[in-house]
Amino acid sequence: MTTTERCNENRQLGDLAARAVVFIALPGALLVALGILMTFKSDLTWERFLRGYVAAFCFVLTICLGGLFFTILQHLSRAGWSVAVRRVAEALAANLRWIWILFIPIAIGMYKTHLYEWTHVPPDDELLGNKEIFLNPTFWMIRAAFYFAVWGGLAHFFLRNSIAQDADGDPKTTLRMARVAAPAMIVYALTQSFAVIDWVMSLEPKWFSTMFGVYFFAASCFGFLATLILVCYLLQRSGRVTESITAEHYQDMGKFLFAFGVVFWAYIAYSQYMLIWYADIPEETTWFIVRQLGGWRGLSILLILGHFVGPFLLLLSRHPKRWTNVLPAICVWMLFIHFIDMYWLVLPEYPAELVASVSTYPQLIEAFENGIDPATGIPWLARYDMHPHLADACCLLGLAGIVLGLTGLSVRNASLIPIGDPRLPESLAFENF
Amino acid sequence: MNDPGTGVAPATHETSQSSAQRSDDESVRLYGLLAEFETPAAIYAAAERVRDAGYRWWDCHTPFPVHGLDRAMGIRNTILPWLVLGAGATGTMIGFVLQWFTNAASFDLWAFVWVRGYEFLVSGKPILSGPVYPIVMFELTILLAAVGCVVMMFGLNKLPMLYHPCFKSERFRRASDDRFFIVIEARDPKFYRHKTEAFLDSLGATAVEELES
Repeated sequence: MTTTERCNENRQLGDLAARAVVFIALPGALLVALGILMTFKSDLTWERFLRGYVAAFCFVLTICLGGLFFTILQHLSRAGWSVAVRRVAEALAANLRWIWILFIPIAIGMYKTHLYEWTHVPPDDELLGNKEIFLNPTFWMIRAAFYFAVWGGLAHFFLRNSIAQDADGDPKTTLRMARVAAPAMIVYALTQSFAVIDWVMSLEPKWFSTMFGVYFFAASCFGFLATLILVCYLLQRSGRVTESITAEHYQDMGKFLFAFGVVFWAYIAYSQYMLIWYADIPEETTWFIVRQLGGWRGLSILLILGHFVGPFLLLLSRHPKRWTNVLPAICVWMLFIHFIDMYWLVLPEYPAELVASVSTYPQLIEAFENGIDPATGIPWLARYDMHPHLADACCLLGLAGIVLGLTGLSVRNASLIPIGDPRLPESLAFENF
Repeated sequence: MNDPGTGVAPATHETSQSSAQRSDDESVRLYGLLAEFETPAAIYAAAERVRDAGYRWWDCHTPFPVHGLDRAMGIRNTILPWLVLGAGATGTMIGFVLQWFTNAASFDLWAFVWVRGYEFLVSGKPILSGPVYPIVMFELTILLAAVGCVVMMFGLNKLPMLYHPCFKSERFRRASDDRFFIVIEARDPKFYRHKTEAFLDSLGATAVEELES
């Protein structure tokens, strides 16, 4: 343990945890309240507000789920390098113990509004009628409770054991966590996939993609790793863990971000798009068609360039990953584009009626830009184009503030480094070749 | 520690048996000097001093990777990543040109025989259809980058190397077990048979011996 004792750095969060609650989480909660107030006062529908809320909820959920995945993965692979940054991941994952509170508005929206189409199936809709065995409010709520229980339990298990190990340094704790990690990874993969099918993909209950769960997983790695790098950077800027986390760790986190968040995400996103484009079946392509029109088109191109091409070129070389002032700046952009990704995923409305009213693609574009919905008299553009609202920004900044501000509470009395982990000396001495 | 000024070193001095027998033979050329160290710390400190002394044709041989030895030796970053980037970009371009020529072009091209590209309509998609291209481009990028990386790594390391002068040394066998070696080659501009030997002694080498090429 000589390596671990040599450092004289500050490894306690101290009063930063309390200050984060007051100055980050509290304004966050106020912002969400402001968003709700805005919806009351303006002509924004509750469905539209909740779509923005779901996107923001996905944003914070992906970050916490990514933390749980990262923690499980490090135990599963018995990784040595990551021990110095693992407590941050554990703390982010530990938010999963209470994040169901932020889910309540979505659950209320499911019951009280038309956020989810499958809650009010017309009797003549045979397709949705058949899906009601799975997509019905009661079963949906039971499943949601199950996901949160599993995630909260796993996150609690890893954080509690890791903190307990700080005191006694018992290597058996590490072995026990490694044993749990293997089944936990399977459970994580299944619950994560089903959760995103329930909460995001079922927004368009007639559309389906077998890639969707994996896409969400790739996005969660992206969001989490960018957050991890940023949190490490901010902790070091505030004078904590200044010696333990080095450029070597940043480089490895950057590698993870590059591999999982950038390349893997692009691989999955492309696979999903290409297969649907290639097969060209209307009930599948409709989901993508709306994302190729109007404002959504710009967002799609921004995702290709800003989520893949740009970060790919920036992170390809080893040097930017080791410039510990440049990498966090890249990560700020990453978090922005990660929210764009969630927004792009959740917000666009499935244009089934628009597609049904035309017979060719040029007609579709013409109808989208100039046509009017014959049933309601509202232009298609007003219904299907991108109309960002200030309430979306309130939800995003609000939920991000709440989650980030409360993250510190779970480790306020613990070390920011798992000082009892037998692999910590390996991590502190870690070097890339 | 011995004093380099006296020229008397307590370390053992040997030449390998075969080179002793043929020491008068002009055709046997000196490859370099092999210095043995017992600990990673010793070779680390020695490497720094060899580097600072300005030697360029020299190398360290250790049973396991010694952290930071690259820096101690003053080795610059390898050029390999740039070569791999070039190989990968070449693969991307080949992937694009291949698909474009075979599916969307309509002219003749001489590739050892005359071949003609023609516009090939598949399932009503546009002739030059972006979404389908990345697969082959991606695969060829990976293929050329991965194969190019291995081949060029071998090339830069001059592998496969079936013979190396160090292999003649009995002592050197422990380089795969528990000893650490520095070899300074005779072709180094700063290499002088006796001066370099004294220098290696002064670094704390437990033994210094000649290597014939």
